[in-house]
Amino acid sequence: MVNSFRSILGSVFKNIYTVLIFTFLYLPIVVLIVYSFNASKYAVGWDGFTLEWYVKLFQDRAIMKAFYYTISVAVLSTLIATVVGTFAAIGIHNMKPLRKQLILNINNLPLLNPDIVTGVSMMVLFVFFKAQLGFITMLIAHVTFNIPYVILSVLPKLRQMPKDILEAAMDLGATPWYAFRKVIIPEISPGIVTGALIAFTMSIDDFVISFFTTGNGVSNLSIYVYSMARRGINPKINALSTLMFVSVLILLLVVNKRQGKESKKIL
Amino acid sequence: MLKKYSGHPYVLWSGIFIVLPLLLVIYYSFVKTSPATGELMFSLEGYRTFLQPLYLKVFAKSVLLALEATILCLIIGYPIAYIIANMKPKTQKIMALLLILPMWMNFLLRTYAWMTILQKNGFLNKMLSLLGLPTVNLLFTDGAVLLGMVYNFLPFMVLPIYTVLSKIDKGLIEAAGDLGADHKMVLRKIILPLSIPGVMSGITMVFMPAVSTFVIPALLGGGRSVLIGNVIEQQYLSVYNWNFGSAISVVLMIFILLSMGIMKRYDTDTEGEMNLW
Amino acid sequence: MKKLLFLMLAGLLLVTATACGEKQVVLNVYNWGDYIDETILTDFEEEYNIKVNYEMFASNEDMYVKMKQGGTKYDVAFPSDYMIEKMVREDMLVEFDATALDNFKNIGEKFTGLSYDPDNKYSVPYLWGTVGLVYNKELVDEEDVMSWDVLFDEKYNGQILMYDSQRDSLAVAFKKLGYSLNSTDPQELEEAKQLLIDQKKLVLAYVTDNIKTMMLSDEAAIGVDYSGDAFQILLEGGIDKYGYSVPAEGSNMWFDAMVIPKGSEHVEEAKLFIDYMSRPEVALKNVEYVQYSTPNTAIMGDLSDELKSIPYAYPSDEELDHCEVFVDPGAFVEEYNKAWVEIKAN
Repeated sequence: MVNSFRSILGSVFKNIYTVLIFTFLYLPIVVLIVYSFNASKYAVGWDGFTLEWYVKLFQDRAIMKAFYYTISVAVLSTLIATVVGTFAAIGIHNMKPLRKQLILNINNLPLLNPDIVTGVSMMVLFVFFKAQLGFITMLIAHVTFNIPYVILSVLPKLRQMPKDILEAAMDLGATPWYAFRKVIIPEISPGIVTGALIAFTMSIDDFVISFFTTGNGVSNLSIYVYSMARRGINPKINALSTLMFVSVLILLLVVNKRQGKESKKIL
Repeated sequence: MLKKYSGHPYVLWSGIFIVLPLLLVIYYSFVKTSPATGELMFSLEGYRTFLQPLYLKVFAKSVLLALEATILCLIIGYPIAYIIANMKPKTQKIMALLLILPMWMNFLLRTYAWMTILQKNGFLNKMLSLLGLPTVNLLFTDGAVLLGMVYNFLPFMVLPIYTVLSKIDKGLIEAAGDLGADHKMVLRKIILPLSIPGVMSGITMVFMPAVSTFVIPALLGGGRSVLIGNVIEQQYLSVYNWNFGSAISVVLMIFILLSMGIMKRYDTDTEGEMNLW
Repeated sequence: MKKLLFLMLAGLLLVTATACGEKQVVLNVYNWGDYIDETILTDFEEEYNIKVNYEMFASNEDMYVKMKQGGTKYDVAFPSDYMIEKMVREDMLVEFDATALDNFKNIGEKFTGLSYDPDNKYSVPYLWGTVGLVYNKELVDEEDVMSWDVLFDEKYNGQILMYDSQRDSLAVAFKKLGYSLNSTDPQELEEAKQLLIDQKKLVLAYVTDNIKTMMLSDEAAIGVDYSGDAFQILLEGGIDKYGYSVPAEGSNMWFDAMVIPKGSEHVEEAKLFIDYMSRPEVALKNVEYVQYSTPNTAIMGDLSDELKSIPYAYPSDEELDHCEVFVDPGAFVEEYNKAWVEIKAN
């Protein structure tokens, strides 16, 4: 009797806490979205509803170009980083302690270094190799700072995995590749997904490193936004952010519904 | 074979794109253009300048702030990771995505939105006065800075912890219950220790970038303080003294790696791997 | 799901691959963010069949580091006065006779032969302005705004905004003390530093572009701001409520100008672009969008009433009497920076 009361209380607390946290996370987003419809250029008061910022958004050639580069670099760098990072995590997990610690510390460097140090030092490296700064160099830079996040997400899952599971699978007749695909990957997949999510997030919002490793007309949204620092941020950006946010939400709903249908089919 | 060579591509990649730039930074930290001859010369001036009380104070302040933010993220984030891990698997994935989705909106925009919320005539105070409560003056205080930092780093603490918690063998928990353990003990003796790898990753992903963070304090703190991240950026850009900027960065690197190394001693790894540090 | 991913990947690679292979001349233009009416770029491209790659930077220093290191061949850039001076000294700019450009004659005389480019060999002015006080007329006595002292007045405790920039804040302190804002005298710097440290308790915050939202939402009463930026406040909030002034002790006068970085492979086309920007109708269109002050005196009469009504947009020579242009401080910038760190650390 007491136990069920406790569990009800517990679940009430859990729900309240969850709601609080997500309110906290989304409050600024709501503010952002609201101001994308505000007639005033400045986030001061409500000046009336308008869609002008959305119209201006699509007329702005620089923004659309920046948006394209942002997404393509984010997607490509996430893909590459996830693959390389997952394999790297597996390799690191199986390294001897000394070597492991060394690689892990090197892996930490892009995280702990201020962006300006990573950005400037990579820029100098690229220039030294006479590379023209642009899409490729920006992509390389993004992959470089994304991989550590993937590794850090996959490693804990590898550590959690029963040690001899690979051997067990092979003892039961699986080839190493089959065992890898059907045993290891499913075990660590939450880590891979988390790593990819974080990598994508870091890539989409990066300014300093991108600024110093790109050039020749290739820009991204963060550079676009930060370069407005002297002038003030135009609500066109709010409009774009709102559209991005809504698209992802819709995508989520669609994927969710489709998966729901699939599981129903199985039943 | 997979185990042996799996890491090699990354070793190569990191060798070129992490180690080489690192060597560049170390090089700059020991080299300065002589004002007299205009030639490059070996110099410890950068390191010497850093050892002045002014910069040490700034450094200490940055580390302290990062620690506070990390601890807060852990305290606030662990419960939510636990809650999500205990949801239905399908819901879990959605929650994880919803957790990180705000971070896809531009960082400056989000921070400016917080300023709008926290300012004197901002959203928060408007709500408070509607409810008849006294208004607060949060903007440009240390509290606002911590709030901003937690806001920015929370998902990176929650996600690694959640991924580990989600796959803790339920059988273990049942077994413990059968052996007479109550919920609290299960939490303390089984769940918490097993989640340590995730916690370590979370702390890594929060503490390290937090030490060099400076935009949030500049905006939400009203630029009233200076952090080591500011100093480094100023040295690289405004002052163009790469010698000093790089020296600070090298010290920062060593300090953080050392402190992470010390922290790893609390890591419950049954292999008892030897730490380099 | 996997198929979708693969298709996306293939699509992306295809698009990036086809992006190469154009025979047109391409100009790489490097400017501040949101600092041009972008339809002008399209007009230019159509008229001359030259493609414009438009990149943006957030500060002179960001631009300088990018340009110094190389990696991109910029054809036109828009640095500020002291940065131009520095780049000339470091031989980073192409020398060309700016006066030979067709539309150079539209630039007002007092904007030619400026201290950073006395022979007009490297630049053509683009937009200019001052640094001054932007204030809320309902909260600030108008008699106070003609002196920098107002920022140090207990009366306005907690209502003061300073600009989060070492040179601009130090400039305010220097001018208040009666020194040159280009002072490299350690003693004068020490005094300025101390003044700013003492001021700190009165300051609400050190801000940058968000000074506009702070002023417009009445979070603060008075602040230091660039003229063009302050004009946005005046235009949005109305000149009945907001004012801008340049204190009598003098202030900073700044210029952003167009230059041709060395390494440009299209110097002639770059000159074409610079000349185009100085055409009366183009400059007019631009100024109506950016709403900063233009050095193009040929269009003075054509400015909209809105722009003409802004105080100090086109100040008289008396009003500019004690104003100075920033000079590149050379190695002394380290001292400026150290002082700034000390001010912030206290």
